[in-house]
Amino acid sequence: MQEYTDKIRQIARRLLEEGTVDMVIGFRKGSMPIMNEPCMVRRPQDVDQLVWDSNCGINLANYLTDRKEKIGVVAKGCDSRNIVTHIIENKIDRDQLHIIGVPCGAMIDKRKIASLVEGEITDVTETEAGKVIVKGEGFEKSFDKAEVLQENCAICIHRNPVVHDEMVAEPVEEQTDVDRYADIREIEAMSDAERKAFFDDLYKECIRCYACRNACPLCYCPTCFVDESRPQWVGKGQNENDIRTFHFLRAYHCAGRCTDCGACERACPVGIKVRMLTKKLEKDCKELFDWEAGISLENRPPLDAYRPNDPDEFIK
Amino acid sequence: MTFVKIDQKKWAEGVSALKKGYQVFGPVKEGKDHEFRKLSGDQMPEMDYGNTRLSPKAAIYPQSEVMFTYTTDERKDDHHILKEPERDETPKAVIGIRPCDAFSFLLVKKNFDTPEYKDPFWLRAYDATTFVGYGCDDPCSSCFCTSAGSGPFDEKGLDVLLVDHEDGYLAKVLTEKGKALTEKAGWTQAFDAGQAEKVFGEKAATAEGKFESQISTDRLADIPSMDLYDAPFWEDIAFSCINCGTCTYLCPTCWCFDIQDECRGCDGVRMRNWDSCMSSLFTLHGSGHNPRGDKVSRVRQRFMHKLKYYVDKYGDGIQCVGCGRCVRKCPVNIDIRKVCEMMNQYDPEAQNECACPTT
Repeated sequence: MQEYTDKIRQIARRLLEEGTVDMVIGFRKGSMPIMNEPCMVRRPQDVDQLVWDSNCGINLANYLTDRKEKIGVVAKGCDSRNIVTHIIENKIDRDQLHIIGVPCGAMIDKRKIASLVEGEITDVTETEAGKVIVKGEGFEKSFDKAEVLQENCAICIHRNPVVHDEMVAEPVEEQTDVDRYADIREIEAMSDAERKAFFDDLYKECIRCYACRNACPLCYCPTCFVDESRPQWVGKGQNENDIRTFHFLRAYHCAGRCTDCGACERACPVGIKVRMLTKKLEKDCKELFDWEAGISLENRPPLDAYRPNDPDEFIK
Repeated sequence: MTFVKIDQKKWAEGVSALKKGYQVFGPVKEGKDHEFRKLSGDQMPEMDYGNTRLSPKAAIYPQSEVMFTYTTDERKDDHHILKEPERDETPKAVIGIRPCDAFSFLLVKKNFDTPEYKDPFWLRAYDATTFVGYGCDDPCSSCFCTSAGSGPFDEKGLDVLLVDHEDGYLAKVLTEKGKALTEKAGWTQAFDAGQAEKVFGEKAATAEGKFESQISTDRLADIPSMDLYDAPFWEDIAFSCINCGTCTYLCPTCWCFDIQDECRGCDGVRMRNWDSCMSSLFTLHGSGHNPRGDKVSRVRQRFMHKLKYYVDKYGDGIQCVGCGRCVRKCPVNIDIRKVCEMMNQYDPEAQNECACPTT
């Protein structure tokens, strides 16, 4: 990981010194274990705060929305796919960006690690040999990195950036033998009553902080439907129907656009598996339209395009 | 001030007895974390916890609370008249609350109980509540209560303070409310005061020695508000913020709310819900103007309110008890300890030498 960090700093310094960009957006070391903080660097002398490791799960495309500057942005596979989506949806110009591509080694999941140890975690480090060492008061445990990956990373098939201006390393090998939708098929196989119970349970702890929405690069609406007051679409209290309405509608709004970056789930302070809905829609888009979001700048998302030769009769 | 000894048997019997006269709230494990919940049936407080994920403020101040009900059915005589709903007036007991969280109610009280305005909903609930604290032997590494006006065995805001002792607890009865509660629970086995003070003192000293995290607040009152407001670090602090409500909703001292009327059919309620200064809607005017329309101004507001405006208005410390929840749960790792340090260290005179990356 240190090579990635060194290379990111080197590229950022060059871009800022040359004046190719006004700022570089990347990560700096967090104050808590398993956390890094998105940051922007405007001066060459400040690039040494930039880091890269397995705690860079936040999607940096979220920080590009409607910006006017020339920006160098550090992008792993999923960030790059959301950058593509941002460009297609006119949230940023390709010409404004210098994309520093990071072949991603997958991110680790702080909740999963917390569930595997007893007591407070005070330090988490990674070895070159692919081990994650977790320390706390009175314990030290070692895990294979593969055991503690974020769930979306474990099934990711686009770890390399799909668009970039330069790369910090050679591409990593993509996973090919993953079953992306095993959990979704289980939900699909449920009876109506089971499925209702599943979703009731899924959202029962939601506090409507909207961290999932705000961490999502797709959720850039100037006023989200839950915040509209004229007309008011959704109640503001803790009514369970209102909570579900928020989650269901948000997921549908992301259909055909979601890259399964996992930012929503990572951000949730109460650990809701927010991806269970967005992934179902991702699966549908794959099966119905053979579509994966954010892979190419040439094609618009299926729900955002009309073709005169559409094979379905109903639309004609 | 009296001390009583509570063994495990008495503890279980006492909690059951309390349920006959109080609505009892306590920490309950849900998934990996604990939350404060109203205990039902034979449910016991699960005391083997660090701190709850959300603060216990909801026991007094629910996230969503019906203030009034009304009907829009004009065939009814009382249509369009606000009425108070039936409320459970049974006193409440919050058992096992950490001292930092108990102290937070005193901070919040400054807002809800003023000479000019008294919030009837909050005050009614607060006055009817007895707080039974639980000393904190193992503070988290991200807790900083000792430098935020509280401490792991702080008694402020508590009616009773429990500490682990032998196979049960020692209870320090601090107020008349606390005395009534311990009597109702049958916790009356007196314990020698001198010996108890020694136990409490030693435990507090041991726990205080474990703190790794501290903040400095000594200069906050002296730095002019406008200098802090215009300080160059806000853009850098706010950059990563996604403006979610996690910090404000988890915070025991965040008290802001929003009032909404919601009507289903002809039956309506006027409710209040926790609000968050992180949301742009928080300050949106009817005209469409928004005085805090951008993220930097909202992030600045949160920290300025807690660490400067509150300090200036009440002259009694910061609006933070150091529970560390916002530090642990912020999705992007914005850390109030770092921000407080930057504010407290800020020297407006040395502006030109400032190394902040905004030039």
